[in-house]
Amino acid sequence: MAEKILMKGNEAIAVSAIRNGVDGYFGYPITPQSEVMETLMKEKPWETTGMVVLQAESETSSINMVYGGACTGKKVMTSSSSPGISLMCEGISYLAGAELPCLVVNVMRGGPGLGTIQPSQSDYNQCVKGGGHGDYNAIVLAPASAQDMYDFVDWGFELAFKYRTPVILLADGIVGQMMEKVELREMKPRRTKEELLAAAPWATTGKTADRPYNVITSLALESDVQEKFNQKLQAKYKEIVEKEATHTEYMTEDAEYLFVAFGCSARICEAVVDDLREQGIKAGLLRPVTLFPFATKRLAELSKQVKSMMSIELNAGQMVEDVRLAVNGACPVGFYGRQGGNIYTPDEIADAFKKFNNLK
Amino acid sequence: MKEEIIIAGFGGQGVLSMGKILAYSAIMQDMEVTWMPSYGPEMRGGTANVSVILSDKKIGSPIVTKYDTAIILNQQSMDKFEQSVKPGGLLLYDPNGITRHPERTDITICRIDAIDVAAKVGNSKVYNMAVMGAYLKMKPLVDMVNVDKGLAKCIPARYSDLIALNKQAIEEGMNSVVTL
Amino acid sequence: MTLEDIKKPKNIVYKKTPLLTDTVMHYCPGCSHGTVHKLVAEVIEEMGIQEDTIAISPVGCSVFAYNYLNVDWEQAAHGRAPALATATKRLNPEKYVFTYQGDGDLASIGTAEIIHACSRGENIVVIFINNGIYGMTGGQMAPTTLLGMKTATTPYGRDAKLNGFPLVLAPMIAQLDGTAYITRQAVHTAPAARKAKAAIRKAFEYSQKGIGLSFVEIVATCNSGWKMSPTAANKWMVENMFPKYPLGDIKDVLKQE
Repeated sequence: MAEKILMKGNEAIAVSAIRNGVDGYFGYPITPQSEVMETLMKEKPWETTGMVVLQAESETSSINMVYGGACTGKKVMTSSSSPGISLMCEGISYLAGAELPCLVVNVMRGGPGLGTIQPSQSDYNQCVKGGGHGDYNAIVLAPASAQDMYDFVDWGFELAFKYRTPVILLADGIVGQMMEKVELREMKPRRTKEELLAAAPWATTGKTADRPYNVITSLALESDVQEKFNQKLQAKYKEIVEKEATHTEYMTEDAEYLFVAFGCSARICEAVVDDLREQGIKAGLLRPVTLFPFATKRLAELSKQVKSMMSIELNAGQMVEDVRLAVNGACPVGFYGRQGGNIYTPDEIADAFKKFNNLK
Repeated sequence: MKEEIIIAGFGGQGVLSMGKILAYSAIMQDMEVTWMPSYGPEMRGGTANVSVILSDKKIGSPIVTKYDTAIILNQQSMDKFEQSVKPGGLLLYDPNGITRHPERTDITICRIDAIDVAAKVGNSKVYNMAVMGAYLKMKPLVDMVNVDKGLAKCIPARYSDLIALNKQAIEEGMNSVVTL
Repeated sequence: MTLEDIKKPKNIVYKKTPLLTDTVMHYCPGCSHGTVHKLVAEVIEEMGIQEDTIAISPVGCSVFAYNYLNVDWEQAAHGRAPALATATKRLNPEKYVFTYQGDGDLASIGTAEIIHACSRGENIVVIFINNGIYGMTGGQMAPTTLLGMKTATTPYGRDAKLNGFPLVLAPMIAQLDGTAYITRQAVHTAPAARKAKAAIRKAFEYSQKGIGLSFVEIVATCNSGWKMSPTAANKWMVENMFPKYPLGDIKDVLKQE
């Protein structure tokens, strides 16, 4: 039986990176995710798997180290929290523009500005809608448990290399700081040189006689070249939307009312669904696990089944816009959120739900 | 089975590590657990809270407002959490420094004089294990054999000589808890 | 002698290194970049390290350096080349990793990255082209622009009160324990270019010794930006740039020993 360990979500990220053959981590301390780099430094993976771990001078530098590492075809990652991710957005845009695979972990805290160190989900728009400049998307995965934090590292890299795109693991302070049981999956070694060349023939591995030299760039000064490249990117995103949208459902089969929530909010909404069911109200929950691509298709189907939907987020109402786009007017869509690091209780959500639906 | 616990006291009383040892022990018994340090304004003022959920099923919300058990180690926490115990639930507290004792009549109230227990064992650091012993006596959800394993997971190998001391404190705590 | 005769192998006295591609350079006639590119290419060829070299280009005129040197290239965001190089080298320690950066890229927007790469002692080579101006964006003031020098954003000449003083980076980073070799060279004459090439080679060799960062500053001309003929630009550089940015080795940890 696989070993089960009690650990924080942030620690799970670090342990998973080492155990899943990640080649390099580059980061900068920021609450509430500093345990990621602290755990890596404590574990000293450079002595075991050969993984490189480096504390950079800034988030700007971290993401550009990730860019450099990704150019060479390595599995590289960084982690930060909201204000740090703002600094990284330039780099993420470059990574998308240069079609480079990498993993960026955002353990969200409340903003804007320096904000609060308490948990939040207010970077949905930043991470799902771009954040950096230009027409690009990153694949966004939303973990809801320490086990997800562990598992999504490997899943993230799989998607990143499959589509040559940055993947963002969008967590929150609760998932990052909470300790839960984590099952350690089978160890994956780091890729060998041959495996790397097979997985990333485009990489800057040194020009050999059997190929032209490789250039990793996001520059295309000619409009037609840039437009053609953008069309290629959009085709890739379309394929991602068609193939990779992932969600889970809870009590939706006969649901008359639907909650939509991601990350820690989805966990809290499960309790709300249980409570409402006990009161005879047929509630259900859809948890988008990927935020880009979004569960648009399934929400459109459910909009014909339920009387209303409600998006529950630790922000001022961001994902609710995507829910409304998916539903396209087919049923009323409400929103309830908390901000500034405050967390709703199941009772509070149930009250907001009843108010929105005129129920007692 | 699902047990929702709040452990609250001053920083330095070992509140967070007690929660961790309890949670790890439950994992050794193949239970699901969540351990969450408290967020929000209640973090201020030097108090430390952790909510621990033990369950035989997958745990949904880690955020709860009503607890099956409140373990209360200072007055602020008493004021804050006495009313959060579910009817029929358990409130375990250390009377040391408590000026207003619990008044609820619809719950079980227990006292553990954990400072005395720690003094008896001869090490003030095992204060929190005395409290945990009292809790396990009242709610024997985790077998001692798994508590041993949980302790071994939480205490770094270089301090392994402390495991016996912690165990002694747990046992003394079990013997010293008083139901009111 | 006919053209065909000239092309005969026995008559060849000079040949372009195959490390330079056949792409026609976009640099202005008289620009120093072409010469420095050639020197770097020749060093890589002579050391036989084409397969082991990873190059990083900046934002600025030399963003397109990747069109001209026949090695694998990473194109960095403005100023961030040393961050890319850090990760590239740490993940591939057997490779020769160099950045090629102008003064706007390295000495302005990229100061944090270059200083920390130096401070950490990254085993990389930095080629720093200092021509005192932003060439690509149309001749604006650079941090290295001399006092009194006219640029698009200092149309009346750089004024210390208004624009601050020129930034002299090489001696600053020479103080950092992580740097191994710091030198300042030029390529305006054949002897100068030969010395510059020797310096570049030394920097590449040092980068595999695990002794820290090697930094080759090339004091260069931008005759277009300076609005001068190439020869006048060279003369102006000697008379005005060299006093502020004197040529020669600033630090060599192996020589000191």
